[in-house]
Amino acid sequence: MFGLANPQRFMSATRRLPAVLGVAAGLLLAAGVWLGFTAPEDYQQGDTVRIMFVHVPASWLSLAVYAAMGGASFFALVFRHPLADAAARAAAPIGAAFTALALITGSLWGRPMWGTWWEWDARLTSVLVLFLFYLGYMALRASIDDEQKAGRAAAVLALAGLINLPIVKFSVDWWNTLHQPASVFRADGPAMTADILTPLLVMGVAYTVFFAALWVTAIRAEVNQRRANALALRAAGGA
Amino acid sequence: MPDLNMGEYGAYVWPAWGVSALVMAALVWSVLSKARKAKRALDQAEGRDPS
Repeated sequence: MFGLANPQRFMSATRRLPAVLGVAAGLLLAAGVWLGFTAPEDYQQGDTVRIMFVHVPASWLSLAVYAAMGGASFFALVFRHPLADAAARAAAPIGAAFTALALITGSLWGRPMWGTWWEWDARLTSVLVLFLFYLGYMALRASIDDEQKAGRAAAVLALAGLINLPIVKFSVDWWNTLHQPASVFRADGPAMTADILTPLLVMGVAYTVFFAALWVTAIRAEVNQRRANALALRAAGGA
Repeated sequence: MPDLNMGEYGAYVWPAWGVSALVMAALVWSVLSKARKAKRALDQAEGRDPS
């Protein structure tokens, strides 16, 4: 596992991985869409329950990608590992996109169910803060010319933002919110029937594999770009 | 068979799925174009013909 931390070994080990993951993600997404639209409507929420199949996986990924970015930032900051820094940088725009999707689809679900597009309650606000952490991370990296300094500053910000993850997760338990409490990962089992849970889980796996395909591709691009920059710098220095 | 009649909720269900598909397609396009650009830059820096 740690052998992969070497950029060259990572590049050779992951040469075919994006294509394999991409095909798997495509098949899983197709199955998820089919199951999502053949599932029965909910007795209380009607057809709006189908929004759950795109909203909940996006929300799961918004947290999981930030956790991955935070973990990679820790390794980049403590062990000064360039591949970990590349992994953190590559994860940020993908995580930001999933968080934006969670906010938008949540708003589209909230309007018919709660009667409002937005409410400044704990869950919605903490997810908005998560989105701002992603944007802040990318803005900070873009604002500092020195790649190493930018990486270190952004890693510190990413680590600080990790504190928001349990706040997002447990906001529905700690405060009174419009948002429903956890209904899949609960001590006494999922609070939904199999015909709704199955498409949700298939979409959850599909989004995860989709993210993995994009992340590996983006890390490989980052490694190639850094190698190209280093070679160009060496050539300019020798000229 | 899939049930595509969302009734009164179509105005919320279809945009939610549509925006998800759009954003995911944009992500694929963005990551792939960045990967192609980086590969071209590396090929150029190594003195290989990027075409």
